[in-house]
Amino acid sequence: MKTRKDILNARNSSMVHRHDDSLILRTATLIILPVQLVFSIFLLLRGHDEPGGGFIGGLVASGAFSLYLFTFGIRALNRLFWVSPKDILAIGLLLGLLATIPSLFLGQAFFTALWFEFYFAGTLVKLSTVLIFDIGVYLAVIGTLMTMFTAIAGVREDRI
Amino acid sequence: MLVFVLIIVLVAALSPLLVPWLASRQKVGLLALVPAGLFAYALSYLPAVSEGQTFLQVTQWMPSLGLSLSFYIDGLSLLFVLLITGIGSFIVWYASDYMRNHPDLGRFFLWLFAFMAAMLGLVTADNLLLLFVFWELTSITSYMLIGFNHESEKARKLALQGLFVTVGGGLLLMTGVILLGSMAGTLQISEIIQQPLEAQGTLINVMLVLILMGAFTKSAQFPFHFWLPNAMAAPTPVSAFLHSATMVKAGVFLMARLHPALGEQLLWSNLQLWAGGITMVLGGVLAYTAIDLKKALAYSTLMALGTLTFLLGIGTQAAMVAFVSFLLAHSLYKASLFMLAGAIDHSAGTKDLSQLGGLRKSMPITFMLMVVAALSLAGLPPAFGFIAKELLFEAALAVNSGLILVAIIVACLGVAVAIIVVIKPFLGSDALLPQKPHEASLPMLAGPVVLLSLSLLFGLWPGLADQGLVQAAVQAVTPVTKDFYLSLWHGFNTALGLSALALVLGVALAIAWQPSRRLAEKQRVLSESIGPEAGYFKLMDGIVWLAKKQTRIIQNGSLGNYMTVIVLAVVIPVGYTLLTQFGWPSLPVASPLHIYEIMMVALLALSTIYAVIAQARFASIISLGVMGYAVALIFVDFSAPDLGITQVLVETLTVLLLVLVLVKAPGFSRYSSAGVVVRDAVVAILLGTLMTLLVLAALNVQWAPSISDYFIENSYELGKGRNIVNVILVDFRALDTLGEIFVLAIAALGVYSMIHLRKPSS
Repeated sequence: MKTRKDILNARNSSMVHRHDDSLILRTATLIILPVQLVFSIFLLLRGHDEPGGGFIGGLVASGAFSLYLFTFGIRALNRLFWVSPKDILAIGLLLGLLATIPSLFLGQAFFTALWFEFYFAGTLVKLSTVLIFDIGVYLAVIGTLMTMFTAIAGVREDRI
Repeated sequence: MLVFVLIIVLVAALSPLLVPWLASRQKVGLLALVPAGLFAYALSYLPAVSEGQTFLQVTQWMPSLGLSLSFYIDGLSLLFVLLITGIGSFIVWYASDYMRNHPDLGRFFLWLFAFMAAMLGLVTADNLLLLFVFWELTSITSYMLIGFNHESEKARKLALQGLFVTVGGGLLLMTGVILLGSMAGTLQISEIIQQPLEAQGTLINVMLVLILMGAFTKSAQFPFHFWLPNAMAAPTPVSAFLHSATMVKAGVFLMARLHPALGEQLLWSNLQLWAGGITMVLGGVLAYTAIDLKKALAYSTLMALGTLTFLLGIGTQAAMVAFVSFLLAHSLYKASLFMLAGAIDHSAGTKDLSQLGGLRKSMPITFMLMVVAALSLAGLPPAFGFIAKELLFEAALAVNSGLILVAIIVACLGVAVAIIVVIKPFLGSDALLPQKPHEASLPMLAGPVVLLSLSLLFGLWPGLADQGLVQAAVQAVTPVTKDFYLSLWHGFNTALGLSALALVLGVALAIAWQPSRRLAEKQRVLSESIGPEAGYFKLMDGIVWLAKKQTRIIQNGSLGNYMTVIVLAVVIPVGYTLLTQFGWPSLPVASPLHIYEIMMVALLALSTIYAVIAQARFASIISLGVMGYAVALIFVDFSAPDLGITQVLVETLTVLLLVLVLVKAPGFSRYSSAGVVVRDAVVAILLGTLMTLLVLAALNVQWAPSISDYFIENSYELGKGRNIVNVILVDFRALDTLGEIFVLAIAALGVYSMIHLRKPSS
């Protein structure tokens, strides 16, 4: 039997723990999350020519994940990520480093950008070490923010 | 050589996956094939190199910094490559058995191979900066290896000691090599050593001292010798590899490498003579007084390193011949001695010399090998060590009598130590041992068998070593003016007489070993309280004390104080400089404002004021967010969409973070007194005024031509992108961005560890 005080406590305890508070928020999150993630990838890929890029894309994706965190709580978020945010961060850094290497094998200076362009179905596709680097930035930003968010939210959850 | 290094790095990276798989099949020893293969390949260079050929391989890395991946092979570097890969193969095989049941074998081989790669890079690097990079890598990897048993506090502490000493020296070395590079006009070692450095003056002395400090710390020369015996906290295969044949010789290698360029500088050779001389005598004395078998060997390594430095200090051709021979002899017997000592420890369960005894029956092969190794250590025929020691005597004799005295003391201490490490564990009555001893296994004996056979072979047929390696290595460090050849028998001469004298004195010292234990114990206690190591610990304690003191004063826990100090520390010097150097900036000519611009500014001002006066925390946080969005609007207005988007996103996420952190804090109430509020307001207004003045001043001056035109012109040409901001981030200034994402990572891990370290264990 819950006393009134318990209920009040549960309600006040956490922004990130109200799993069942708002139907609108939950439904909206489930729609927004994939759309926003796709949008973040769109920003990442167009970034070289139009406003956007890995940093901005990473921020948008982090925004999507933090919305999910606020709506469904930390455990749900951890289930959504099948790896730890710290690993995403590490992969981002590794990709960033990886992008510096190929130029060495062509006898060019460290970090020189290499481009590989071709037409696919009538569209010019530009692949490059720069893109690898930008994806690294994208993942590093997501990893950084999500490491911070889950660390802070995790503590809140534990103290309830 | 780049391929050499990369292959080993690859093996290192795969070790954590590969080793458990091999271990489940009892085939970890197969890893030894990697260095063995490289050894065979390096051996194929020998014929050409012994004819005086050198090989240079250059790959660009960062040409704008003068940093290239260039590698240089001559006699000296080939000698080291052969030692590293050759001894390395046996060490890997040895470790596969010695550490057989260790749960963390993958990590061990990861660091061992990483170390090997760094060491190979170090001895073959042709670029001074590249050499420095590898130099630091050997420090870091050896830190990981010394502290491999990281659950032991002692191991961690001693590993940290080694790291501090060698990395501290590394910093000095870096400064030194940059100075050397600017004096010689090139960073390529192969060009620098073409002729002696001509420059004169104070700066060159500073440079010499800096480089020597780097070399002395690495090679454990007095007064930095204390870290080496402490590094024996490492597992035995590591000691055998790092602390006999490879890492500690890096400093000696560097001095030898630069000898053709710097050897004629008086300061350089005098410092080497003094440091080397003191280290060799001190090492000998300490080896004699040590009780632990591994420690005794470590101190005798000090003795050898001192001798090598000493010979470089003498610097004549004879000294260089002695240097190369001694280096080779020492690597062969010392690696073996360490491996045998490990085998004894493994089998008998102790390495305390006062406990060990009577092992000759249970470990006959180990005993026999130990005798051969000791012959070389003592410098007795027919081991190669004898030839090396005779050459040492001859080199010292040719200079003056002070040096010969040092050489004799060291030789007789060497004899004494050699006798003790053989006699104590193996002869005498059976001692009470922690476990029943048994003969060591094949992987543990293979290394000593081969290395010691070589030692004997080179001793009996010196031509084998002479024609191939020694000649080529000597040519690399000094111009050979007269032909020389090594031989076991030099006739009845002074050097031989001195050897006999050293032998007699050494035997006497060995006899006096047991009775002198109490004295030795006293000496050990004394040197622990006044030696350089005590100084090291005092320094470390002092740093912690100072950190605590200043933390208590500066970081007293009041956020208001922090902000005041930080802001005033910026406002006062910057404001002073601005007003005295530049004067009051004038207002720019105002262009007419659009109505929406006025609205943006009004929004900005209102949200700021509301953030300050709000009574509820959420209201404050949200109005801060509004302020951020207003700034984003301004960015968009001035056609910087990327900045605008970033600003909006960062602002959103910041608000979210603040909400997460602050939502649980107690209600928003004001505790500050009126005085404090006024103080805070004054500080805030001061900073605001300063920033305004700075922005105004920045509008009025242009110190250097703006780089934006370059970016606008070349963004599409070179960067293939129309979004200039992004091209700058990921191409033109990508190195900065790479640095920044690492900063982000560190910040994230900082938050993570701060929160998780404080978390009470549930």
